[in-house]
Amino acid sequence: MQKFARRLKQGDEVAYLITFIFAASIIVITALLVYELYTGSALTRERFGLRFLTSSTWDPVALDFGALPFVYGTVVTSILALLIGVPLGVGAAIFLSELAPPRISDGLAFLIELLAAVPSVIYGLLAIFTLVPLMREYIMPFLESTLGFIPLFQGPAYGVGMLTAGVILAIMILPFLISISREVLLAVPREQREAALALGATRWEMAWHVAVPYARAGIFGSIFLALARALGETMAVTMVIGNDPKINASLFAPSYSIAAVIANEFSEATGNLYISALIELGLVLFGITIIVNAIARLLILATTGGRTH
Amino acid sequence: MFTLTGVCAFVAVGVLFFILGYLLWRGAGSLNLAFFTELPKPVGEVGGGFGNAIVGSAKLLALASAIGIPIGFIGGVYLAEFGGKTPGFVVRYTTDLLNGVPSIVMGIFAYAIIVLPMKHFSTLAGGIALGVMMVPITVRSTEEFLRAVPQSLREGALALGASKWKAVTTVVIPAAMRGIITGIMLGIARVAGETAPLLFTAFSNQFWNSSLREPTASLPVMIYTYAISPYEDWHQQAWAGGLVLLSLVLIANLTARFVFPHKHAGS
Repeated sequence: MQKFARRLKQGDEVAYLITFIFAASIIVITALLVYELYTGSALTRERFGLRFLTSSTWDPVALDFGALPFVYGTVVTSILALLIGVPLGVGAAIFLSELAPPRISDGLAFLIELLAAVPSVIYGLLAIFTLVPLMREYIMPFLESTLGFIPLFQGPAYGVGMLTAGVILAIMILPFLISISREVLLAVPREQREAALALGATRWEMAWHVAVPYARAGIFGSIFLALARALGETMAVTMVIGNDPKINASLFAPSYSIAAVIANEFSEATGNLYISALIELGLVLFGITIIVNAIARLLILATTGGRTH
Repeated sequence: MFTLTGVCAFVAVGVLFFILGYLLWRGAGSLNLAFFTELPKPVGEVGGGFGNAIVGSAKLLALASAIGIPIGFIGGVYLAEFGGKTPGFVVRYTTDLLNGVPSIVMGIFAYAIIVLPMKHFSTLAGGIALGVMMVPITVRSTEEFLRAVPQSLREGALALGASKWKAVTTVVIPAAMRGIITGIMLGIARVAGETAPLLFTAFSNQFWNSSLREPTASLPVMIYTYAISPYEDWHQQAWAGGLVLLSLVLIANLTARFVFPHKHAGS
């Protein structure tokens, strides 16, 4: 008790209490966020139940809400982003960690990280005026003439659509893929590399057969982190996906994502049920990204043994 | 094979230079004094500017800083200096969780706690959305830089008879100050470009406005609205806006790199 009184006089307990209150407020804010998402979507959760996730009708006039087209658009564009972004990103990370001299590697890594600082509305702005015409005039017709026998690459080329959204997302997730993959590759112990070289491996064999497998969990972590980004990305996708709540096999077709529909319809939504449906979409998006993020953190933690980013 | 990986790296860097170059090319032409000082003109009239949006963004960022910096900074001090094992873990985990929340969901949150009770869009709601986004960014960088302060400095202060909070406030925090300020600057730069959480919180506004209770225009939302409009002269303005926004963000990041060389940007 006397010790406590002395500590109190010295101010330690007060300082502890003050910092604790601020730290606890972070927990309160997060809890409040989950609570608001949960209660805000109560109307549609009670009315539609699980059908909300399986129905593909989104008709605000008839008050019939199904999230499937948005979930489909979100998942397909994110998978496309990974298919395009992962080879590029991991390739670049291998170059930066294995081949480039340290100074050049650091400089390039910094430039690539600057890409992460570019606001998403600017990616969208550029995409509307450069990528969309490019896709419409050249890339989509080319894909249709060469791979058109696959249903994925059929149909009219509007320029906007899932493929365009996937490309822009791939570019946006590159910095996350590259900087974390590079870090885990750089953390591969020197002995592993030297052992491979001593056994007569070429530098490429060392990189591909020793360093990459060693850093595998961390690289997968970066992929999941990038996936979480892609799933929650709003502005750039909203500007190029075409905003049409339909499920189409063709990647050329306009689609819609969860984040995009919230961005477009929230400020104009009238009626409690409509708002509730949009908030439930937010809840779904929140749930998915939290799970994907958690997997990413576990994987990165497993390789680096500490906190990265 | 290595050549191929080199191509990958240069594609990534090339995209950055393409973004910079293209924005400069399209935006510089429409950048003039009126862009910074005038109100947007109605459709069909030539001229006008993003003056109110620039002021609006400044106000939103000031509000966001007023919320995000104290909570983030003191929260970070707690984690680095005072947090015990279990409470520290819980706070750190929650911060990571908050950091992963998509920005559009942050907009829904601010809508639910501010716009719904007030029954109209407001600068306040937008500022709170951005402020909450700043919290996890600030917490992390503060904790990281405080942890980088050598243990011997703390021990030296304590050995001289300072109490723990004296040691933290007069020795440890000053030693980490430069890094902490860098982190805060990067946090502001990061939320400065956020559009999604403002769409249905701060909304937009055609006029100058001073009250925090009114909706306000902001640079990112204006860029968005003008970019998706069908009018050619609006597109010009969107390019100019994009150039201004990107310049601000990149200057903040480059300054951070210059002031604090081994802290990477964008984290």
